[in-house]
Amino acid sequence: MTTTFLEHVRSRLALHELRDGHGHPLLILHGLGERSPSAIPEAVQGWKGPIFALDFTGHGASTVPVGGGYTCEALMSDADAVLAKLGRVTLLGYGLGGYVGLLLFGSRPTEINGLIIMDGPGLDGGGGRPTSPSLLHVSASDLDGSAPDPWALAELASDIRPPSYAFDHVRQIEMLSNMELAVTVVSLGRPEWLTAILESPVVVESDVATALSRFALL
Amino acid sequence: MSNEVDVIRSALPQARRPDRSRRVDVGGIEVSVVEWGDEMSQPILLAHGGFDFAGTWDLFAPLLAEQGFRVVAWDQRGHGDSDMAALYTWEADMRDAAHVIESLGTSKPIPVLGHSKGGGMMNQLAEVLPHRVGAVINLDGIPNERGFTNQVDRSDVKALATELNSWLDHRRKAGQLSRRADTIEGLAERRKLMNPRLSIEWLQYLVTVGARRDDDGWRWKIDPTLRFGPSGAWRPEWAIPRLRGLHVPYLGVIGTEKEEMGWGTTPDEAFPILPEGAEFHALANTGHFVHIERPDHVAAITVDFLERVL
Repeated sequence: MTTTFLEHVRSRLALHELRDGHGHPLLILHGLGERSPSAIPEAVQGWKGPIFALDFTGHGASTVPVGGGYTCEALMSDADAVLAKLGRVTLLGYGLGGYVGLLLFGSRPTEINGLIIMDGPGLDGGGGRPTSPSLLHVSASDLDGSAPDPWALAELASDIRPPSYAFDHVRQIEMLSNMELAVTVVSLGRPEWLTAILESPVVVESDVATALSRFALL
Repeated sequence: MSNEVDVIRSALPQARRPDRSRRVDVGGIEVSVVEWGDEMSQPILLAHGGFDFAGTWDLFAPLLAEQGFRVVAWDQRGHGDSDMAALYTWEADMRDAAHVIESLGTSKPIPVLGHSKGGGMMNQLAEVLPHRVGAVINLDGIPNERGFTNQVDRSDVKALATELNSWLDHRRKAGQLSRRADTIEGLAERRKLMNPRLSIEWLQYLVTVGARRDDDGWRWKIDPTLRFGPSGAWRPEWAIPRLRGLHVPYLGVIGTEKEEMGWGTTPDEAFPILPEGAEFHALANTGHFVHIERPDHVAAITVDFLERVL
């Protein structure tokens, strides 16, 4: 495994190359509080192209900033920094990484060769609609600069993910990506946002191997 | 202070820089807190709008201080003289506001006043810290179902694609960006595009406060990584029903002239959603910056309200 660092906004993002290969890369996005896998996950062993994994801001070997302020949109822009370096990729996201992958695909619909959404931490976020607002608190003694950033855990487990917002992004994929089947849902978890995007004709429930073989041809 | 700054500020003798300033740690980063008036007086917290800074209170805050208030304002993270952060969210701004209140050294509820985004923040603060907020004054920060004036129509595929792409493109280069250097006059002219109803004298004054002089000219202090958008998951309909749930004296003031930076909420939309018993003023021939266009009038309304409810 080789690691390169991308300077992005105020973060230094760790991008791990897990394996070289032929074809376009697969980019793995980890779940909330996780870090990139150090070995190729069993489920993607069949991928022939290079395999990369990104540590989001506040996670793994990437910068742990002070003061919190995490949003899924900021993490989407972390992943977009990888697109700037690698060009077209297929995305595979666990939990939070699956949702961030959807936001990125909807924002860069012509630059992504498919998304696979897996179960993982942070798949639900704070649910589809707001509950009573509160001030999040993190104990100062927990803020020692190590990853995962407690602010990331607190803020990204409570961010609201309205089904309509997710659907806006999948509509962008429908209209602009030129892909008939663009998103594969493998997860058993069905937060509201995920149920909503399954209404789209470009989203299908399937398994990883089928999805990878389809996206590899793109 | 340079002669150029003195000359510009002397054109607005009614504007007054704060009497005191200090810094407050909000969890690893510091925000700049400023105050006008006697430290022993009744405190009131002022929250500025998005892309503004505490110096935008220089006309309004002294009027409250003259009426016996300790007026406290802060620069939101990344704005004015506060530290820049790596990340920005509404929720983090809310926490920073709570830290500023904490720094006042009183556990008594205090009145809070916010303009635009700051008004929306103070609405929420009264809900999350009802024991610390004694009254809310909202200056043109009352939501409506359409969202912000310049919000993209998310059902417009092309417009949304443009917004999302341009925001990501901005982020790709944001780490290397700095604000454009210009003359005081040049920065004021550019700000006038977003603040078309405000006088050029005031906008030039703002440059002397909210911009810094570098070797190659003046540039706004605001974090260059900040910019509008993307409009995100937030929906105005989340905030609207919560207003009615506030059990605190409430004063709403809106300008009736629609503006680029405003929310465009009409009196017919605003009044019905305010808390029970709220006082409401819709100012004719006034835009989004009610406290800058009509500082004396808005201060008089505010002081009158506070004298009755505190």
